[in-house]
Amino acid sequence: MDPAQFFAASRVVIVAGKGGVGKTTVSGAVARAAALRGRSTLIVQVEGKSGLANLFGQPPFDYDEVTLAPGGGADGSADVTARTLTPDDALIEYLQAHGMSRVSRRLASSGAVDMVATAAPGIKDILILGKVKQLEQLGAADLIVLDAPAAGHAISFLRSARGLLDAVRVGPINAQARDVLELLTDPSRCQVVLVTLPEETPVNELVQTAYSLEDEVGVSLGPVVVNGMYPQIDGLDEDPVAAAAAAGAALRTGEAEALAHAAAFRSHRMALQAEQVGRLAEMLPLPQLTLPYLFDADLGPAELEVLAQELLVGIGGLAPTPGDGDR
Amino acid sequence: MSPKQTPVGARTKPGKPLGAGASRTELQRLVRDQEVIVCTGSGGVGKTTTAAVIALEGARLGRKACVVTIDPAKRLADALGLETLSNAPTRIDGPWKGELWALMLDTKTTFDELVIGNAESEEQAQGILDNRFYRNISGALSGTQEYMAMEKLYELHQRTDFDLVVVDTPPTRSALDFLEAPRRLTRFLDHRLYRVLMTPTRGIVRAVNVAAQAFLRTISKVVGGDVVSDAIGFFSAFDGMEQGFRDRAAATLELLSDDVTAFVLVAAPRRDVVDEATYFAARLTEAGIPVRALIVNRMHPRFAKGDAGATRERANTFAGTALGGLYRNLADFQQVASNEEQHLAGLAERVAPAPVVRVPFLQSDVHDLEGLGLIAAHLFPR
Repeated sequence: MDPAQFFAASRVVIVAGKGGVGKTTVSGAVARAAALRGRSTLIVQVEGKSGLANLFGQPPFDYDEVTLAPGGGADGSADVTARTLTPDDALIEYLQAHGMSRVSRRLASSGAVDMVATAAPGIKDILILGKVKQLEQLGAADLIVLDAPAAGHAISFLRSARGLLDAVRVGPINAQARDVLELLTDPSRCQVVLVTLPEETPVNELVQTAYSLEDEVGVSLGPVVVNGMYPQIDGLDEDPVAAAAAAGAALRTGEAEALAHAAAFRSHRMALQAEQVGRLAEMLPLPQLTLPYLFDADLGPAELEVLAQELLVGIGGLAPTPGDGDR
Repeated sequence: MSPKQTPVGARTKPGKPLGAGASRTELQRLVRDQEVIVCTGSGGVGKTTTAAVIALEGARLGRKACVVTIDPAKRLADALGLETLSNAPTRIDGPWKGELWALMLDTKTTFDELVIGNAESEEQAQGILDNRFYRNISGALSGTQEYMAMEKLYELHQRTDFDLVVVDTPPTRSALDFLEAPRRLTRFLDHRLYRVLMTPTRGIVRAVNVAAQAFLRTISKVVGGDVVSDAIGFFSAFDGMEQGFRDRAAATLELLSDDVTAFVLVAAPRRDVVDEATYFAARLTEAGIPVRALIVNRMHPRFAKGDAGATRERANTFAGTALGGLYRNLADFQQVASNEEQHLAGLAERVAPAPVVRVPFLQSDVHDLEGLGLIAAHLFPR
């Protein structure tokens, strides 16, 4: 599948997954990959963590939009921008835009957002999603990547719209919930990319999340991203002593054992990873994209570039119509 | 025993970090001596499994131990004999001196029981349980799970004969919410809206003063009148019970900061996780609660001493041969191991003199008692 076509399939991509699977990294990589194919991309974060800014080598950011990776270079890439949304800001902005400035000031000054949020759970989530919907409709960027809250929260986060429609039957929140649900359930506007590690528990949870999201929210699921696959290395099966002899090299004391143990460890992990990827494919008929585990160093702009390129290669290898794979 | 009242950051003599053996002994001592152990840390670092291993070790040491888990992975739950959410601990039989019990927290039922226990009458309790606003709070309000976990912990500690209660904290969106959790409802009750609703007479809308009515109209405009009337109904029904809830919240917080409770920070050696763990440690210190042990799961093995750079160079020298591949692989793991140690250094220093116990990357996921035993062999002296 042509990556450009892939990134044009829906304007909103929600990246979700259990804590620790690299959701934020994947959000960054998806954004950068889209930008490399000329689509301006806005990353929306809901938790003020420093990971995303670090990934792009930028200082931490807040509610105001910042540029993480400027486009316009010789490679024809577009901008990657980002902002952090908070429910309070989103509520105030929403009320102001709907002729309720006085109300918004009152709510803000009385600290009633928390109270209201308790009265109607999910309201904070709907405020964030409502803001994302607004950004989508304003065309804030060609692509909006939403780095969703972790794990179990992702389901309640995305389910908030349906829940609120029952709890709040009139008023602006109801209207907002309706709009958000429309966005979430329209595959031409929004898709969810689930992220996992090639390990048993995260794979199980991803499968569970996938079915919950389809059944309870009705979102369209894009390819799943399996993050942290050990890259293949040639020679792991060779005996170090024989390999050294073949290369005409002398091994130092203890080196043969170290090389053999390290090779055995990697081979074993890779076999386990392959097994989990296979299991995931069996349990969940969605196309898979894989991203490598990066041994080198902490994730920064150079590693981001590697991951973005890997994604582009992976997307290029997908069948033209995502979602119909029966692997 | 280390003086618990001294905040970690204020210790004047950080001392030398404990060695691996001494750290394991120290962690085991906590399991032997403490009445409550709270496992905390960010999501995906193995908190639930660690909590189960700690409780198992307690049983091994002859204690009557109970682990309270929140949303465990299914296979671990199965291993612990936990088929459904339940508020009554289930006993797990095994070859240990003491007893091992486990409980998978049922947030809603715990909350219901708390309401019933505090209500002045059955009617009052029912009035609350039937209220839609209450159902929202007890079922879906973020923070309720944390609150109920702490409530359950308190109840198990006070009202049962467990010598050791181990609790695994929920993967909260905002770090240490659970410390705030018991205060959450009482803070709610102290909120202006509640006071407005309850004065001058008891929560009858028409009796509410003008300012309060304007306030309510404001909120009604946003969320609709139903929500507001549900809330009013809830607060009216709740009237008279606040004190009980306040006392309970205060007592729970007291238990959490008491010497009998030890907080164990669980982490993985990745930079983002360590950053968050460092933040947790700072927040705990602020709350006057020291980190009593740091457990780092999923450490990559170190196959060779020394720097990855030299190995990487050899890999380049022999690029294209099998030996080159073998060197490249070794360099990868040397690199990871030194990155991990580097990430951990600051955190270990911050929690010093708390023991730091490292658990290597295991070959497969743990989902049975045997697997828990394998981890225990890394956590405790054997």
